Amino acid sequence: MATQHSRSAARMMMAPAVVLLLGWMLVPLIMTLFFSFKKYLPLRGDTLGGGLEWVGFQNYVRFFSSSSFWPSVQTTLIIVGSVLIITVLLGTLLALLLDQPMWGQGVVRILVIAPFFVMPTVSALVWKNMFMDPVNGILAHLWKFFDAVPIQWLSHESLPSIIMIVSWQWLPFATLILLTAVQSLDSEQLEASEMDGAPKLKRFWHIVLPHLSRAITIVILIQTIFLLSIFAEIFVTTGGAFGTKTLTYLIFQRVLDSQNVGLGSAGGVYAIILANIVAIFLMRIVGKNLDT
Amino acid sequence: MARAVTSQRKAINTIFAWSIGLLIFFPILWTILTSFKTEAQAINDPPIFFFFDWTLENYAVVQERSDYLKFLWNSIIIAGGSTLLGILIGVPAAWSMAFVPSRRTKDILLWMLSTKMLPAVGVLYPIYLLFIEMGLLDSRFGLVIVLMLINLPIIIWMLYTYFKEIPVDILEAARMDGASLRNEIMYVLTPMAIPGIASTMLLNFILAWNEAFWTLNLTAAKAAPLTAFIASYSSPEGLFFAKLSAASTMAIAPILILGWFSQKQLVRGLTFGAVK
Repeated sequence: MATQHSRSAARMMMAPAVVLLLGWMLVPLIMTLFFSFKKYLPLRGDTLGGGLEWVGFQNYVRFFSSSSFWPSVQTTLIIVGSVLIITVLLGTLLALLLDQPMWGQGVVRILVIAPFFVMPTVSALVWKNMFMDPVNGILAHLWKFFDAVPIQWLSHESLPSIIMIVSWQWLPFATLILLTAVQSLDSEQLEASEMDGAPKLKRFWHIVLPHLSRAITIVILIQTIFLLSIFAEIFVTTGGAFGTKTLTYLIFQRVLDSQNVGLGSAGGVYAIILANIVAIFLMRIVGKNLDT
Repeated sequence: MARAVTSQRKAINTIFAWSIGLLIFFPILWTILTSFKTEAQAINDPPIFFFFDWTLENYAVVQERSDYLKFLWNSIIIAGGSTLLGILIGVPAAWSMAFVPSRRTKDILLWMLSTKMLPAVGVLYPIYLLFIEMGLLDSRFGLVIVLMLINLPIIIWMLYTYFKEIPVDILEAARMDGASLRNEIMYVLTPMAIPGIASTMLLNFILAWNEAFWTLNLTAAKAAPLTAFIASYSSPEGLFFAKLSAASTMAIAPILILGWFSQKQLVRGLTFGAVK
């Protein structure tokens, strides 16, 4: 068993990772908290060295009551919710389909998974120009082919467009994880129910879906964490215009564009709280898994 | 018996799955095809699929005009550097947690995971400020550090799940035979751990390559990797579909190829071992 010697060696080996992550978490977090209670406008001459004015919860109140706060929360929820629904539903169907016997299964899998490896700036740019361009985009050609008036995707249908792009990026992830879960399904149980003559839909509802429920939960939680902070897709396509300003993007604009650090930091604290609510649930599931 | 499949059903499955697969893959395929067209053919109405004059001109122009190789080099350094550094720090940590677990191991693992949940935008300004103060803004070294830190929890988790699968009996046998800690790691553990370490590196290289929040916000001209290089094409004067496609293809090609090898690791790495 582990000796005293190996225990202290183990602690030494863990130390660098723990210290680094602790610093990475605490230092910026404390700074953000600190700034969020200060008036800090670097462009108007506020400097750290010169001392910042303490404003209490004023930044929190102002961020909360600004006219762009609720729309940005709403936009965030619409994007995250829609992408989750689309990717989980289509992902489940695709996973079930890919699990069926077919020719060239490996190749199809690769085709389906590929979008996940495309960097976000590329997928945003390709969709924006080559697909959603109202004159030369593929979708415009398609619409014209059916004698319809091409849609001004990113200006008139901006939210659905962003949702489409992000769903395309995350569908592979959902599919891949659900496929892994489907493949671990006990085939004996399925066969037994098939022998008993249970209809397909019933089999799906009573055996497959309960088996997938944990994987679906994990997909939802992990995607939520990532989707809450999507950035490049909006940065490249609309730059936050046309009602696509998410909470993340709003904070980014406050902090770096208009350099209102105090206000942006208060927003950052809101974002951290929001992410943590989701994170708690995810950690609980992952933690349970560690015990077994 | 009941699972026997008629070839008719198999054919239907095949057609159905291939159609959907190609539909999902189409944006990538279209980008690659367009990159070999002339600008006029790229915006031709109706779109041309295969029968155009294939040309490599766009690739030459992109390289010449925007110095693609410089951004590629930055991407390689940043993604590669952060992965290597992360492995260097992560392997000992994961090793000790997997083989010398203590009461707190689970808490530490979960806490490490929780640092990954911190939204980047919440700490954007502090990091930005620290980067300015330390002269790291627009430097490859700074990005290597940041990307290493954001991926370190995933690295440690993946390695941990791999190391956990190594049978402890073998380690104990080695200890009985009087192997020192160093020899134990060198001759027993390393050979068994290499596949796991390689998979971890692969996935993290991909994640770092595609990272687009810090790379966009902390770089300008000097250290910008391919993510930023592509974002610069979003300005209106960059609206040349064929060149845009060539630039995009070059940015994603290396990762698409690597990614095909990493499907399984993707599941393990991104679900923190919760789905295997």
